Amino acid sequence: MSVVETKVPAGFVPVYTRPKSLSDKRFTYCPGCHHGIITRLVAEAIDELGIQERTVGVAPVGCAVFLYEFFRCDFAQAAHGRACAVATGIKRANPDLIVFTYQGDGDLAAIGTAETIHAANRGENITVIFVNNQIYGMTGGEMAPTTLPGMRTVTTPEGRDVRTTGYPLRISEMLAQLDGPTYITRQAVFDVRHVQMARKAILKAFRNQLEGKGFSLVEVVAACPTNLRIPPAEGNRWVKEQALKYFPLGDLKVRD
Amino acid sequence: MEIGVIFAGFGGQGILLAGKVLAQAAMERGFEVTWLPSYGPEMRGGTANCTVVIADEPVGSPIVDRPQILVAMNGPSLERFGPRVAPGGMIILNSSLVKEPSVQGNARLLPIPLNDIAQELGEVRAANMVALGAVVKVLGLFPLEAAAEALAKELGARGREKLLEVNRQALWRGFALA
Amino acid sequence: MKVLLRGNEAMAEAAIRAGCRCYFCYPITPQGELVEYMARHLPRHGGVFLQAESEVAAINMVYGAAAAGVRTMTSSSSPGISLKMEGISYLAGARLPAVIVNVMRAGPGLGNIAPAQGDYFQATKGGGHGDYRLIVLAPSTVQEAAELVMLAFDLSDRYRVPAMILADGMLGQMMEPVELPEPIPPGRIPPKPWALTGAKDRAPNVVSSFDLDPYRFREILRALWAVYREIERNEVRWEEYATEDAELVLVAYGTMGRICRTVVRRARKEGLRVGLFRPISLWPFPYAPLRRLAERVPVLLTVELSAGQMWEDVRLAVEGRAKTPFYGELGGVVPTPEEILSEVKKHVRG
Repeated sequence: MSVVETKVPAGFVPVYTRPKSLSDKRFTYCPGCHHGIITRLVAEAIDELGIQERTVGVAPVGCAVFLYEFFRCDFAQAAHGRACAVATGIKRANPDLIVFTYQGDGDLAAIGTAETIHAANRGENITVIFVNNQIYGMTGGEMAPTTLPGMRTVTTPEGRDVRTTGYPLRISEMLAQLDGPTYITRQAVFDVRHVQMARKAILKAFRNQLEGKGFSLVEVVAACPTNLRIPPAEGNRWVKEQALKYFPLGDLKVRD
Repeated sequence: MEIGVIFAGFGGQGILLAGKVLAQAAMERGFEVTWLPSYGPEMRGGTANCTVVIADEPVGSPIVDRPQILVAMNGPSLERFGPRVAPGGMIILNSSLVKEPSVQGNARLLPIPLNDIAQELGEVRAANMVALGAVVKVLGLFPLEAAAEALAKELGARGREKLLEVNRQALWRGFALA
Repeated sequence: MKVLLRGNEAMAEAAIRAGCRCYFCYPITPQGELVEYMARHLPRHGGVFLQAESEVAAINMVYGAAAAGVRTMTSSSSPGISLKMEGISYLAGARLPAVIVNVMRAGPGLGNIAPAQGDYFQATKGGGHGDYRLIVLAPSTVQEAAELVMLAFDLSDRYRVPAMILADGMLGQMMEPVELPEPIPPGRIPPKPWALTGAKDRAPNVVSSFDLDPYRFREILRALWAVYREIERNEVRWEEYATEDAELVLVAYGTMGRICRTVVRRARKEGLRVGLFRPISLWPFPYAPLRRLAERVPVLLTVELSAGQMWEDVRLAVEGRAKTPFYGELGGVVPTPEEILSEVKKHVRG
C-alpha cells in the first residue's frame, strides 16, 4: 500500500505533509479511531526533534501491533504488556538511543501493570505513549481495566458491573504518586485544540528523554467507535461526554 | 586416593568456613577438591554441614556416602553422620558440647573440647579452626601452614585480618591434640 | 591460576569474560550467588546490572538488550524459568541471541531448593509456546560450567538462537578449583547488522516474531529450522568415559553425570565393566553417538534426578538396539554412588 500522491494546485503551499519519520504504509486503524492522530503526533515529535535516526520504538500487542510498519525507525515488537521492560533493556544497553513505547490500556494497564509501574518507579529514561480507549480493540471489544461503569463490551454484555469487575483504573493518577517519574499527563485528541495540547505533551515527553530527565508518560483518552458500536464521527463526542468523566485531562506530575 | 570429610554442627559455628579453608588449602597444595554446602532457607541458626572431597584425580561425586573424617561440632551432627563414617575412619567430636557420645560404629573417636580451647584463646568462634587443625593432622596430606595460609586469604577477603592470629593459634592447638 | 569458586560465581565470572554487558535478574534460591556476583562485578566492567520486578520483566529486558545488539544474560531457578518461558519463546521467534542460566531445583510447583533435573523437557522440548528449540548445555563441573557459559554466548551469537545453561542446585552451590577462561576481546564478538541501533544511513531494522501471513511465517520458520538442523550437525557435544569394553554404560548429564563417574570407578574396582556416556549438549542431543554405542553395549542405564525425562531421548536414540533401564530420584533427593552401584549390579555381572 502506498500513499495517494496529492497534486498541489498552483498558488497553494502545502502546510500539512506526511511526517518524515512515517513510512509510506497506510495506517490500518479503523475509521474514527484516535490511534491515527496519536501515531502521527508521535511522528511529528520525532521529526521536530530531529531524532529519527536514533529512535527505537517498542510496538505493543493490540491495535498498534503494526506500529513498526508505520515508522521509518528501528522497532522491537514486544510481548503483550512487556513493552516497558523491553524498552528498559534497549535503553540500558544503549543510552544514546531514544526509546519509546506505544501501548493500549489492555497492554499497559492490565497485563503490563507491573512492568509499567516499575519502569516509572525506576525513572527509566524512556517515553511512554499510552492510548486509553477503554476497551480491547484488536481482540474484539472485551472489557479493559479502563472500561467505564455500565459500559457494554462483549465480556460485559449487561454493562460493566463494578461490584464484580471493579472500577476504571486510573493508571496515570497511580503513577503520579511515585517519586520516580518525571512527567505524567493525560491528554485527548477529540478536537483541534486538544490535538494541539496532546502534540505539545508528546513533544515534551520526548524532549525530557533527550535531556535525560527520566520517565515520561502521555496518556491519551481515545475513542474506539468500532467496538463502541457507534458511527466513526461519534467517537469525539464519546470521549468528551463520557470518558472524560472518569479520566479528567491535565498534567498529573511535572518535574522540571 | 579420594578422601571425604564432613563438617557438621549448628549454623553459626563456622562449619562452612572450616570446610572452605580445608578445600582451599588442599587446592593450593595441588589436590583436586570439591566443597559442597548444605543450603537452606535459614540464614542463621539451624544446622549446617558441608562435605569436602580431596583427591588426586578429578572428583566425581561431591556427595560422600562414607566419609573418612567427620567433624561433629554438636550432638545432632554426631547422631546424623556418625553411623556413616567409613570403617577405620575418624570422628573428631566436640567434647565441650557432647559429654557422652551415643553413636559408636567402626570409626575411631577423637574427642576434643573445641569450645573450651577456643574460649581459652579468647575467641569461642575459633572452635571451628581447632577442629580444622585436628583434621589436617589426621589427613596427613599437607602441612598445617597450608591451612593457615588459606585461612589468611579467606579472612583477608572478608576484611577480618584482625581475627587471624587467634585463629592461627586455634589451628595449632587442634593440630597438636590430634 | 586456579581459583576456588562456586558454580554460581564461576558462571557469573565467565559471562563477564564472554562480554556480557547487560544482566537482568530476579532473586531465587539456589542461584543467589550468581546474582550477587553480577551485582558486585558487572558494573565495574561497564556493564548493566538490574534487579527487575519479576522474572517476566527480567527476560523481557534481556529481549530489549539483545535487540540492541549487546551480549546479555539472565539466570534463575526452575519456578523462575517457568515465568521466563514466555519471553524465551519471543527471543527464539525474534532470533535474538541471549543466555539463560537455569540452576534447577525440585518441582513441580514451589517444590524445594534441593538439586533436581526435572526441567529437561522444558529446556529441550520447548517450554514456551511454538515451534522452537534452545541450545541447551549441561555442565557437570564448575570448570565446565564456566567454559560452557562462554560457549553459550558464542553459539547464541553465531546462530541467533538463545542458549540455556542447564545446571542444578548442587553445581551452583559447590566449590571447585577453576581455571578461568581468558576474557574475549570486544573485537571478537561478531557484528550484528540486524540490531536496533538507530536507522541511520540504512533501512529500519525490526526485531519481531510476528507475521499474520501463514505462508510468510512458514518461510520464516523453515529458515529457522534450517538453522536448527545446522546446529544439530555442528554442535553435538558429549563425553564418554571407560566405554571401550563396557557391558553397561550409565547415561547421565550434569551433576548426575559426575556422580556416575564415581560409580564407574567403584564398579571397575570390583571388576565390573561399566562406563559412562555424558551428554553435554542436551539440545542438540547426541542421538548418533549414543546409537553407535548401543550397537555394542547391551545395557544403557539412564540415571537422572527426575522420573525419567532424558530417558525418552535415550530410547529414541537407541531404538531397541540395547536394553534401556532407568534409575531416578525425585523431589531433590540425590542418590549416592553406592545406591547407583547397587542398581548397576542388577543389570551386569562381574
